[in-house]
Amino acid sequence: MLIQVNGSRREADVDPDTPLLWVLRDVFGLTGTKFGCGIAMCGACTVHVGGQPRRACVTPVGDIGEQPILTIEALEGSTTGQALQKAWLAVDVVQCGYCQSGQLMQAAALLEAKSTPDDADIDAAMSGNICRCGTYGRIRAAIKQAAADLPLPAKAP
Amino acid sequence: MNAPNSAFAPTRRALLAIAAGFAGELALGFRLSDKTAMAQSADASSFRPNSVVRIDRDGTVTLVVPYAEMGQGALMSVAMLVAEELEIEPSAVKIEHAIGDNVLYASPLLGEQITGGSLSLRGAWKPMRQAGAAARMMLVEAAARSWSVPAVACHAEAGRVVHPASGRRVSYGALVEVARTLAVPQDPPLKAGTLRVIGKTLPRIDSPAKVNGSAIFGIDVRLPGMRYASVMACPVFGGTLRRVDHAPALAVRGVRKVVELANAIAVVADHTGAARKGLAALKPEWSDSANASLDTAGLVATCDAALGTQGLIAETKGEPARAMSAAKMTYEADFRLPMLAHAALEPLCCTAHVRPGSCEIWVGSQAPGRARNDVAKALNLPAEAVRVNNHLIGGGFGRRLQSEWITQAALIARQVDAPVKVTWSREEDMRQGSYRFHNHSRVKVGLDERGMPVSWDHRIVGPAVMAWFLPGYFRNGIDLDVTGGAYGPYVLPNLSVDFVRNDPPSGLLVGNWRGVGDTRNGFIVESVVDELAHRADRDPVDYRRALLEPGSRMLAVLDRAAKESGWDGALPRNSARGVAILSAFGSHIALVAQVDMNEQGRIRVPRMTCVVDCGRAVNPGIVRQQIEGGIIFGLSAALYGKITVRNGQVEQSNFHDYPVVRMNEAPTIEVVVMDSREEPGGVGEPGTAVVAPAVLNAIRSITGKRLLALPLDPAMVQTA
Repeated sequence: MLIQVNGSRREADVDPDTPLLWVLRDVFGLTGTKFGCGIAMCGACTVHVGGQPRRACVTPVGDIGEQPILTIEALEGSTTGQALQKAWLAVDVVQCGYCQSGQLMQAAALLEAKSTPDDADIDAAMSGNICRCGTYGRIRAAIKQAAADLPLPAKAP
Repeated sequence: MNAPNSAFAPTRRALLAIAAGFAGELALGFRLSDKTAMAQSADASSFRPNSVVRIDRDGTVTLVVPYAEMGQGALMSVAMLVAEELEIEPSAVKIEHAIGDNVLYASPLLGEQITGGSLSLRGAWKPMRQAGAAARMMLVEAAARSWSVPAVACHAEAGRVVHPASGRRVSYGALVEVARTLAVPQDPPLKAGTLRVIGKTLPRIDSPAKVNGSAIFGIDVRLPGMRYASVMACPVFGGTLRRVDHAPALAVRGVRKVVELANAIAVVADHTGAARKGLAALKPEWSDSANASLDTAGLVATCDAALGTQGLIAETKGEPARAMSAAKMTYEADFRLPMLAHAALEPLCCTAHVRPGSCEIWVGSQAPGRARNDVAKALNLPAEAVRVNNHLIGGGFGRRLQSEWITQAALIARQVDAPVKVTWSREEDMRQGSYRFHNHSRVKVGLDERGMPVSWDHRIVGPAVMAWFLPGYFRNGIDLDVTGGAYGPYVLPNLSVDFVRNDPPSGLLVGNWRGVGDTRNGFIVESVVDELAHRADRDPVDYRRALLEPGSRMLAVLDRAAKESGWDGALPRNSARGVAILSAFGSHIALVAQVDMNEQGRIRVPRMTCVVDCGRAVNPGIVRQQIEGGIIFGLSAALYGKITVRNGQVEQSNFHDYPVVRMNEAPTIEVVVMDSREEPGGVGEPGTAVVAPAVLNAIRSITGKRLLALPLDPAMVQTA
């Protein structure tokens, strides 16, 4: 089956009910997308499918069709992604870092939907992403910093 | 090593015990100039004065870091320590994780290559600086010889050796060939005076790879020809596999093999998705163990019964019995703490490749040297035939101090003709944990007419994890971790601490959990002292002040926390502040939590103010991160943390029934790091230990009711 990942067409010889997560990680070697729970409860596997944030652990690869997939490895290709990564570093968000791919992908989807999110927007968008290192306060600050850095309105290519 | 009564940061009593237990290893400690290490890197292209520092001819400085990086900033901290002495920038070093080797890479404080007990920085502080200093001295000597000038006329700066008198300078890389022939200085002196790197909030060197997906955690390892496995052990603790029909798994596309172990089955496939699907298709029959009727009520009843028995005396001071009987009044309470899982976000995962006569492991381990020995034993190989490659860890919290899951991967790989990555499901991770076990305490305090304690009696019921985990911390039947911190940082005239050992039934694995004994006892002591303050009709901060040593660091931290939190400031009705303090891990910490309660009696925690004196902060930014993270971790446990057992199986399975704090529940946290020139203390765990008591003490102020058990009743927690 052919799917579009980070701008390239790639082939995976797997059952269509295989979660996208394992195709990305094990078949394509895109290990930046993480496994955390397998039931869409933690957000570590968040990627963009057709521009929307999706939990790759519960997304059957056969359901994707022509929708393009964006993973953490290609996040820096958008101005939103760059602004977020820069803010993440400036605020020293990262501890163990395991959840941060998913956090960044979720945050990128948030900023692309709403260029200047308030605290309630951030809570609503980000509360599906668990961080056991407890970086929530810094993630909140980094999202606001990235939003402030982006030209208004934030538009990613 | 200046912390009173704390796990891994021993009391004077414990220190003596450890000195006896680890004498050889302590003396050996971290070997700065290990001949083996030098021989191992005997290629002429690099200079390797010790097992940590390697400098290549192109000037690349590589640090081989013995400590595991699980978010606590060990890589950055070690890089800063070495860079300070080696006169380079921390951002310029390359980092390698040390392989598992308990001789080359033993922590000087634990005698083994273990990352835990908030000890990394305390262990690294001198040896890692000396590793850099030794390398610098040899490079300066090499340059001086080549210029025929005295070494004292030269110095190192910015990756070069400089001879100011002649203006000559030479890069480290150009000195490799000469430096590697020189004698390694023993006990090299450390820089005195102003430090250039240490004490600065510098950006972590591990962050860039963690924001673009390129960081390689244990779960991300990829090898040519690798297979992927999913595994399930008997859900009943201690049970074994009776039989399983392999056919349903083998019918799944991509599945290669079903592997049977004594207590588990694994499905090996071309990718983890197929392995998981294959495993789900199997219907294994298990032989349940004697634990098949085990349940939480029974485990709790056993602890309660133990509260009524006299334990082994762990510590006494003064005349506790006489003082108790002479007391004007007494306060007595029983405390109950639940079983807890670590629930790190990276599920346990290990890649193993077993060839005839050897085994190689790729993993993220807090104790890779021990993992190596355990795998060797399980495969009946000499330790030298096992290589453990360590990686970034997606959260440890004590779970990855164990290695039974690494051994399991090796046993699976032994049946597969290729490297196999064994990834546990979240459910497996939750149900096959090395849990923090049930802990109960009975505290009885004798009080004078003003409500101040005259005698303190603390009976501790808990497991003796140290008996097998670190026997140096288990003496005369006393677990020095679980009994540490049994009366907090307080100066008490008479006290008695006794320990009733209550290990879990065989097959139920327990272990260390962030904050270890101090998280347990910090909750109990700070609840008791707070209750005594209320009963004496005194302010909880003032009451604590009266019990602390005048002029102590702990007292200064408490005072600062009261100030920073606006302790005396007005709050709306049904809001209150609670305080908790702790001296442990070489650090002193005070936390003030604000709790708001709504009309339904549900609470939320909008704000925390924390002050820490951790001695000299090598990187204050990392200290703040660790305190913030420790607080969130502790809050998850206080609000939600509870593993329950039914029919010998853990009932929880994933984050829906083992909830943790999320963004919408996370308080605003303010951390103040006190300026100090004392020896560095640990910061990974103290933040966790003070959360539950601070929150419950605030609830006491709102409701007048003292809560004696964790976690909170779900009916008290506001979840949105």
